[in-house]
Amino acid sequence: MNPSEGARITVELGVPAGPPAAVEVPVGPGVQRTYWQTVGERLAHDPVTLACGFILLLMVAAAVFAPWLGLPDPYHSNSAIRLLPIGSPGHLLGTDELGRDMLSRLIYGGRLSLAMGIIPVLNALAVGGTLGLVAGFSGGRVNMLIMRVTDVFYAFPSILLAVAIAGSLGAGVANALLAITIVFIPQITRVTESVTTQIRAMDFVEAARASGAGAFAIIRTHILGNVLGPVLVYATVLVSVSIVISAGLSFIGLGASPPAAEWGLMLNTLRDSIFLAPAISLLPGCMIFIASMCFNLISDGLRGAMDVRL
Amino acid sequence: MLYYLLRRIFYTIPIALGVSLVVFTLVHLAPGDPLSAVVGELDARMLAEMRASFGYDKPLYIQYFVWLGSVATGDLGYSMRSGAPVLGILTDAAANTMAIGVLASALGFSAGILAGMFSGYNHGTWLDKTVSSAAIAGVSMPHYWLAIILVIVFSVQFGWLPAMGFGSESSVFSWNTLRHMILPVLALAAIPCAVVARTTRACVMEILSMEFVEALRARGLSERRILWHVTRNALPVVLAVMGLQFAHLLGGSILVETVFSWPGTGYLLNLAIFDRDMPVLQGTILLLSMFFVFTNLVVDILQSWADPRVSRN
Repeated sequence: MNPSEGARITVELGVPAGPPAAVEVPVGPGVQRTYWQTVGERLAHDPVTLACGFILLLMVAAAVFAPWLGLPDPYHSNSAIRLLPIGSPGHLLGTDELGRDMLSRLIYGGRLSLAMGIIPVLNALAVGGTLGLVAGFSGGRVNMLIMRVTDVFYAFPSILLAVAIAGSLGAGVANALLAITIVFIPQITRVTESVTTQIRAMDFVEAARASGAGAFAIIRTHILGNVLGPVLVYATVLVSVSIVISAGLSFIGLGASPPAAEWGLMLNTLRDSIFLAPAISLLPGCMIFIASMCFNLISDGLRGAMDVRL
Repeated sequence: MLYYLLRRIFYTIPIALGVSLVVFTLVHLAPGDPLSAVVGELDARMLAEMRASFGYDKPLYIQYFVWLGSVATGDLGYSMRSGAPVLGILTDAAANTMAIGVLASALGFSAGILAGMFSGYNHGTWLDKTVSSAAIAGVSMPHYWLAIILVIVFSVQFGWLPAMGFGSESSVFSWNTLRHMILPVLALAAIPCAVVARTTRACVMEILSMEFVEALRARGLSERRILWHVTRNALPVVLAVMGLQFAHLLGGSILVETVFSWPGTGYLLNLAIFDRDMPVLQGTILLLSMFFVFTNLVVDILQSWADPRVSRN
């Protein structure tokens, strides 16, 4: 669940990005490439990452364009056709315990489930990224203050903190999103702070400062480009964790509420049907698993392509 | 070394206080009065009396210090539902969670270390690829889904093992209780196993590529002696990951315990949330997070013992 918690965060800074630090990597005689071109080149030759990207793209596209796919209404229940098996005519993946079309519900479920996986990480990136940059760049007391508060929130196991916050605020998608965002902010802050502190000590930052560049200019031109890689890799892992945790919150009744189509909630309501239709009751979990695994594998691919050690 | 130990222990105090403050604040974030959910329609005077008896009429910061004081003396208050002392409820539940947590860790860690070592030594072979793929699947696995799969396979299809509950015996060490523990333990062990396997594999690969291994080989050491050196070097990192995973497993057992109705801290937390039983909720979160803080401390100390370089910085 928490692949890099506790691990010391180090970064390979062999190929920094951004001018004037941009050391272009010569590949072959006379060919000059930037860092990001090299990364793109490596990713293009990584079939696993490409395949995962394709699967996720498909999932997101299906979720976004669900109303135009000609699917049956995911909320239309019909007790006459409860728990139809997979492969039934008209219901490719069968029907659930209320006779609603599973395929349609799984695709519509992607809207809420994927959003609940991605949005908390984006929010945490905005808040935690800023805090980490400020802490790392200012150092001293500001760093002390931000990082000690971060330590306190870091001292909770992620699922426990998410459950505790969501449980105290009460059930609901918004509360679940808020809870998971709060869980991820300290994690992103730590990574960003660690990388920023390392970059700040590098000669090219010193040189920029000596030539009169302001704090914002230094952050924009030198720090951001270098922080982006490691933080992106870390954030991709967090999306995979976030998908599992947010569906888990719905699973125990703290996220989406019936009749919403959401994978965790569907997994929960289908639990009573494991005797009658075991295959169907496992389908929503399958979606959570595939989505989470794709983000994990993409993170591995990015890590390799960007030469990042987390 | 001693200086490092003292500093590390001292550093835990503000963290623990911070954690207690967060736990206290969390419960007071809850919309509405914690009592109103339990008391329901009562006349205003009785509600006021009850608020006073729980101390909810005082300002928040005073409530915090009063609460902290009673927590320090082991008084976690009384359950709003049953009226029983929270500490008693909590120790029973914690013992049950510990039982499956320890078994799951022992299983997950040993399997993970073996798989990781094996995979790291045979880097690049198809067996390594199989282990790595299984490990990444394990890391991404929603463990509550795995729990349901286990129930379907072992309880519904084959009927070998009970799907939920604790068994009728009061002792944890009876055959019937053990049978009830098998599936929750398997479900909980998957993630720690996968994480430890990945860490061990990466560690072993990194160590094997170091120059000192080459030097050991050149000096004619047997592969078994070299394996010992590799283990010794991988130990600190793997130890740290195992400690964190153990604490995460206990803190995150709520989902698996809910699936199996296993009467541990996670199940208790679940009940407390939906009953809005604030003293139990607060006590459970506090206990689990304090345990996490304590485990972190122990892990750091163990790590500095296993790798003296840690305490020298």
